Amino acid sequence: MGIAQQMISIALEAIPKDLPDPRVERLNLRVGRMAAVVEDSLKFCFEIISKGTCLEGAQLVIETVPVRARCRKCHHEWEVSDVVFTCPSCEKGEIEVIFGRELEVASLELAD
Amino acid sequence: MSILKERYYMEINIQKRVLEANETMADKNRRLFKEKGVFVLNMMSSPGSGKTETLCKTLRCLMPEVATGVIVGDICTRNDADRLETTGAAVVQINTDEFGGDCHLAAHLIEKSALTMDLAALDLLIVENIGNLVCPAEFDIGENAKVVVLSVTEGEDKPLKYPLMFQVADIAILNKIDLLPYLDFDAKEAVDNMKKVHPGLPVFELSAKTEEGMEPWVQWLKDSVAKKGY
Repeated sequence: MGIAQQMISIALEAIPKDLPDPRVERLNLRVGRMAAVVEDSLKFCFEIISKGTCLEGAQLVIETVPVRARCRKCHHEWEVSDVVFTCPSCEKGEIEVIFGRELEVASLELAD
Repeated sequence: MSILKERYYMEINIQKRVLEANETMADKNRRLFKEKGVFVLNMMSSPGSGKTETLCKTLRCLMPEVATGVIVGDICTRNDADRLETTGAAVVQINTDEFGGDCHLAAHLIEKSALTMDLAALDLLIVENIGNLVCPAEFDIGENAKVVVLSVTEGEDKPLKYPLMFQVADIAILNKIDLLPYLDFDAKEAVDNMKKVHPGLPVFELSAKTEEGMEPWVQWLKDSVAKKGY
């Protein structure tokens, strides 16, 4: 709920105040595969909280970002497909996640 | 923000992190805690892992040597605060059903509660988060360290199912080891799975009930508080 509320707040703030009767068709999000967000729950919460706002009825479009990690020891970078976070090159465990934790409002599209 | 007019719709570019407001507040909390000289621990787990009992036993070992306060979060009831108060620690209960029933504690709630406590008198503040392995992993509250508690009555593959939580944790506790003789639970497999997701994660295997294995965990707390120089 908290995440959906914050998303809607960000979207509403981005709409120019002088637009007459704006109606949002699509809200585009970027969500990393490791972000602690359950897509169905987010869509459900969004539907509830957007009621009565110009976001009501908008389609939530989620671009999923794959997880990419970098090894701090050998600097090898790779896409993490399972949940094992050991460097496939040097087999050390000092890794940092560089992509895959995003939780962003990318853009919104207004109906004409 | 840029506006691109294209055919039948107008696209507004936003590019904003959803959790930016929480992160700003968490940083503010972090500065407050540093100024007051308090080490802050965020304790997370699924419901029923034994966080409250582990905390009760931990508080009795730590105090009065380490002056400790607790902020405990639940959707409803004061049950956990009532139990924790019997240890003599300063306890504040947050019930999120008072404002929508959030399943995690956010930084602004921690600030509000922390400001009602005498922070300067504390060495350590433990936040017992709401039982949930998903959302709390995303919400920085300004803590120095995060601990995740898993119990032997859960599945060995929990760390693989909730990789973010085990990734962001600084340490882990495997609780209820007194029950191992009665279960098919493979403790080694559970710890291996934690380390697959987070290589090198320190794990304390203990029983809050019998207090077996509590000492290294309590010592870690004492060392962490001391190392911060507060």
